[in-house]
Amino acid sequence: MASASASAAAHKASHGSHGAPALKVADAPRELEREPLVLNERPLGWITNAIAGVCENPMPKWWWPAFVVSFGGMIMMFSLIAYLVSTGVGVWGLNQPADWAWDITNFVFWIGIGHAGTLISAVLFLLRQKWRTSVNRAAEAMTIFAVACAGIFPVFHTGRVWFALLPGYLFPAPNANEIWPQFRSPLLWDVFAVSTYGTVSLLFWYVGLIPDLATLRDRAKGFLRKFFYGLFSLGWTGSNRHWSNYEKAYLLLAGLSTPLVLSVHSIVSFDFAVSVVPGWHTTIFPPYFVAGAIFSGFGMVLTLLIPLRSLFNLHDVITVRHVELMCKVLLATGSIVGYAYGMEFFIAWYGGSPYELYAFKNRAFGPYWWSYWSMITCNVISPHFFWFKKLRSNMVFVWIVSIFVNIGMWFERFVIIVTSLHRDYLPSSWGYFTPSWVDVMTFVGSFGLFMTLFLLFIRFLPTIAISEVKGVTPQADPHHPLGGAKGHH
Amino acid sequence: MSASPLKPHALLAEFGTAADIFEAAILCRDAGFSKWDVHTPFPIHGMDEAMGLRKSPVGWFTFCGGMTGFSAGMTMIWYMNKFDYPLVVGGKPLFTPLYAFPVSYEMTILLSAFGTLFGMFFLNRLPKLYNPLFKNERFKKATDDRFFIVIEAADPKFSLEATRAFLTEKCHATAVEIVED
Repeated sequence: MASASASAAAHKASHGSHGAPALKVADAPRELEREPLVLNERPLGWITNAIAGVCENPMPKWWWPAFVVSFGGMIMMFSLIAYLVSTGVGVWGLNQPADWAWDITNFVFWIGIGHAGTLISAVLFLLRQKWRTSVNRAAEAMTIFAVACAGIFPVFHTGRVWFALLPGYLFPAPNANEIWPQFRSPLLWDVFAVSTYGTVSLLFWYVGLIPDLATLRDRAKGFLRKFFYGLFSLGWTGSNRHWSNYEKAYLLLAGLSTPLVLSVHSIVSFDFAVSVVPGWHTTIFPPYFVAGAIFSGFGMVLTLLIPLRSLFNLHDVITVRHVELMCKVLLATGSIVGYAYGMEFFIAWYGGSPYELYAFKNRAFGPYWWSYWSMITCNVISPHFFWFKKLRSNMVFVWIVSIFVNIGMWFERFVIIVTSLHRDYLPSSWGYFTPSWVDVMTFVGSFGLFMTLFLLFIRFLPTIAISEVKGVTPQADPHHPLGGAKGHH
Repeated sequence: MSASPLKPHALLAEFGTAADIFEAAILCRDAGFSKWDVHTPFPIHGMDEAMGLRKSPVGWFTFCGGMTGFSAGMTMIWYMNKFDYPLVVGGKPLFTPLYAFPVSYEMTILLSAFGTLFGMFFLNRLPKLYNPLFKNERFKKATDDRFFIVIEAADPKFSLEATRAFLTEKCHATAVEIVED
């Protein structure tokens, strides 16, 4: 009433005979309601049951066939690696001038996929993006499994791995001549970056898992489950004195993982950028690689989570809004990647180096034109469908585009590596790389390893961070009516 | 052998909502208890202030880890490439912090992360594989959807009857139980 009469007075004043314009006080903007992160006001106990239920109830029928196929793929990969180690790297199609091809392509592909997991778990945490809680656990698991797949390729492309690992050129132990590793080389930086990345991701994932393992421990029925969940939850009781240190540690780990994830793909890009090969020797590589990594990783997150949410009925926790937000990340990073492709071409021309210009012309119109245009179609065109809300919220469509993103990003690395190497300065040493069957099947097998690990993760661990999802519900807020607060708000 | 009812480990009070335990925690803090704790399935925003906890010192462990990592990285590279077996590669200097930076940077992060993790474990005295609370059936809900306050018998202000009355009547706990040692 008071405000109505005040505005009537203001109205009167502005039309009054005084002539002085009165201030018109605008109404306070209506607070826009955000879509809830957990739909249907599910109670806390429902969240526990829905998520813990996934790894407590028997797995649905498709799980075993999926596991057998993945496990078979993994065995195939390890057999082919045994064949490689016992025969030589020649079983992969590597030869002059392309001494790096599918192996390093696969390495960069897998490590890039990992980056979305860290982005979701660390960067979005620092930015207080609460929606991350529904997807971070699975995304972090994906990171760790992808890094495991990635590590295999650079390790085994050295051929005689026992020289690479033990008295290493990789790890700092003097070799037979007592020479230490060569720290001026980005390849060695890469060893440290990737192994740090794998380790820190694992620690971060484990810290996040502790409270949820305690939940599983308290619900466990069988002896083995009680024992192992009990062991790995370390005696967690949800004590607030513990939560206080835990939250600080989690924040710090997020703060550490953020510069880490940016450094890892920058250093991966140094493997190329620090060399003098036309097509590699560019300063745009670090940011371009990081954006590409996030792009590919979100593609893989969507590829995994869209089936997961419908197979396990988690629609209320991983909502359409979550998928839409991830599509927006794809759109943003996909645009950065597209810009980088264009800028590379511009600089190749503007830089005035004939070799550089040739390398780029050769990419688009040389013998590997098909890989270049596959990359452009998948990476530059496909994310732009996500300008439209209708397409972002169509799960089948998003899933299909996410597959295109995965394919496109694999081709990107193939284009960068193989098209640059196969024709550099001397035309007399030009060549054409064709993968061998071992190349192809080892890569296929790495998906077997990845899926085996992911299926085991679904089977034994909570796929969604239970305590974190609870923490972002209104019931968790002691000052919200749903959290039991009395009085007005 | 027999759990003596005269020697309880603690009193366990259950609450149904985040707001209830938040208010109860403030009352416990103001009542001057020292050996007590709040157990919740997720961290409740503002609970540290409600309990009167100091700021978590985990950051110091992170800092020490990071410092160790960075200096270890730099020293290692200097020792290996300049001191122990100097070898000129590509006409580049034997040692400069520039080329040593990426590896030292990664080692900073690696050891900071270990410092953070083990610092947190140390401050929380984890792993702790035995806890009398685990014998209580009701307490299993602390990792699900219930909220608990535990006041230990070792607290100087603890008295079985008075504390129980305090938890039931003043804090409005939905249930209060004795946890035996």
